[in-house]
Amino acid sequence: MVKNNIVETGTDHTSSSEYKSVVKNLNFYYGDFQALKAIDMVLHEKQVTALIGPSGCGKSTFLRCFNRMHDLYPGNRYEGSIILYPDNENILSPDIDPIEVRMRISMVFQKPNPFPKSIYENVAYGLKVRGVRQRAMLDEKVEDALRNAALWDEVKDRLNDLAFNLSGGQQQRLCIARALATDPEILLFDEPTSALDPIATASIEELIADLKTKVTILIVTHNMQQAARVSDYTAYMYLGQLIEFDFTDTIFIKPKNKQTEDYITGRFG
Amino acid sequence: MYSKNARGASERKSNTHNKLGNLRYSYKRHIKEKLIEMLLLLAAFFSVLITFAIIYMLVKESIVFFQQVSVWEFLTSTQWTPLFDDAHYGILPLVSGTVVSSAVALLVALPLGTIIAIYLSEFASFTVREIAKPFLELLGGIPTIVYGYFALLFVTPLLQMIFPNLPGFSLLSAGLVMGIMIIPYVSSMTEDAMRSVPMHLREGSYAMGATRLQTAIKVVMPAAFSGIAAAYILGISRAVGETMVVAIAAGMQPNLTWNPMEQAATITAYIVQVSLGDLPHGSIGYQTIFAAGLTLLLITLIFNILGHLLRKRYREMY
Repeated sequence: MVKNNIVETGTDHTSSSEYKSVVKNLNFYYGDFQALKAIDMVLHEKQVTALIGPSGCGKSTFLRCFNRMHDLYPGNRYEGSIILYPDNENILSPDIDPIEVRMRISMVFQKPNPFPKSIYENVAYGLKVRGVRQRAMLDEKVEDALRNAALWDEVKDRLNDLAFNLSGGQQQRLCIARALATDPEILLFDEPTSALDPIATASIEELIADLKTKVTILIVTHNMQQAARVSDYTAYMYLGQLIEFDFTDTIFIKPKNKQTEDYITGRFG
Repeated sequence: MYSKNARGASERKSNTHNKLGNLRYSYKRHIKEKLIEMLLLLAAFFSVLITFAIIYMLVKESIVFFQQVSVWEFLTSTQWTPLFDDAHYGILPLVSGTVVSSAVALLVALPLGTIIAIYLSEFASFTVREIAKPFLELLGGIPTIVYGYFALLFVTPLLQMIFPNLPGFSLLSAGLVMGIMIIPYVSSMTEDAMRSVPMHLREGSYAMGATRLQTAIKVVMPAAFSGIAAAYILGISRAVGETMVVAIAAGMQPNLTWNPMEQAATITAYIVQVSLGDLPHGSIGYQTIFAAGLTLLLITLIFNILGHLLRKRYREMY
């Protein structure tokens, strides 16, 4: 059986980068059901961390703890802590405002979910929500975000078009631009390419590689090749537990845990 | 390639049905199916038939009216006195009564209905919603005559305390109560439209750090626009066509006015008045109700077409 204490929270990779966030003994409950069990993990600053594991293993649930998304629904409960640096604050603490957390930790969803607004308004949404009104500043931020999401050249002449007129891949990049416009510190991706074709997927993966110079990234993916391609660190989860967490190369080449190895090699899951 | 597939399919069939003849056309099933289809068609046709019958009757009787009164007089004369010796047939006073009472009603029903819908759809907990909705629906189930007397005997005296010059019958009082009556229609349809906006759109907004109100107004409402427009159009149609409340509380005197503090008859109130009176069938006075009815139909038709266009233009945006 798996014991949680076999998970080493990155003691051997501290030197490579600083922690953006440290997860300590995180438990999460949907009502009576415990979806996450005693998770310990770290997010390295400006690195990509991937969460892999079979369906229902709790990886999306874990991801959604980082921006307190579970607060939207009644009956959900967190235990333990997710410390955000440099603030050194537990973002799960009851005296932390989830809205403030979401202002600094953005999220891109599985299905592209642009708002029923123009391309420009979609990207400006987060800034407007924060009360930014100066047109010049909005214009600048929108352009920057669209450039960073590799979408600017495709949409610069039709910023006032409805976002739904874009293709699926473009919509997802728009959602990334929307998330980037507010200069988040952590970007959460919840299976961002599962609704996209291989070409659109490739462009999103390329984008993730570029983005890590600016922002810490946590990505949930069903696609192990994707995890291998885009991430620096990988965590394998199973039944709400974190089984193994290490450098992506280590996880994919010589995992320490038998279960991880079975999953990676396709004998399981 | 194709023939191989076809052969495969026929082999499969002969494997599952051992007895020959099972593939034969079943007349029994076919006739039953046709019969049901005919019944359904008949039911659908019946409602269309009734609609056309009503329009036919209104137009036919109105033609009799317009043979004696010019359309020009009907549309431009500022007096509606068909029962007087000095008869005038200008629909404008009735239209003004309808417009003013409806406007007052909509000023109450649309904002309040929308606010209630936003609350129920985006803020209320499951328990609150389950308790509040039946009460709202109850409000819609109260007979309109009760609302009429509520307006006349309760709201009007209340308003007279604030506005001592308010007459015993007024468009304001009738309109306010009519507005309260329409709230459940607007709120329930608006809420349905907002609730059918998928959760992932809301989550997208919350994930950007938006509050509930920002999410409701900036994301959910635009996404539900077509449904909300339909709710508003239904509210307008109901206000324009409402009869009992205005007949009881707004007065029966045609009065060309845009002031809600006055009393005035609406198109519907006038039709009630004449239908219940003892005017001989076929007299010009009696024919007026068909012309008035046709006008009402045209007004509501315009709003329905407008609503249809809006819905076509803005399908669900998600």
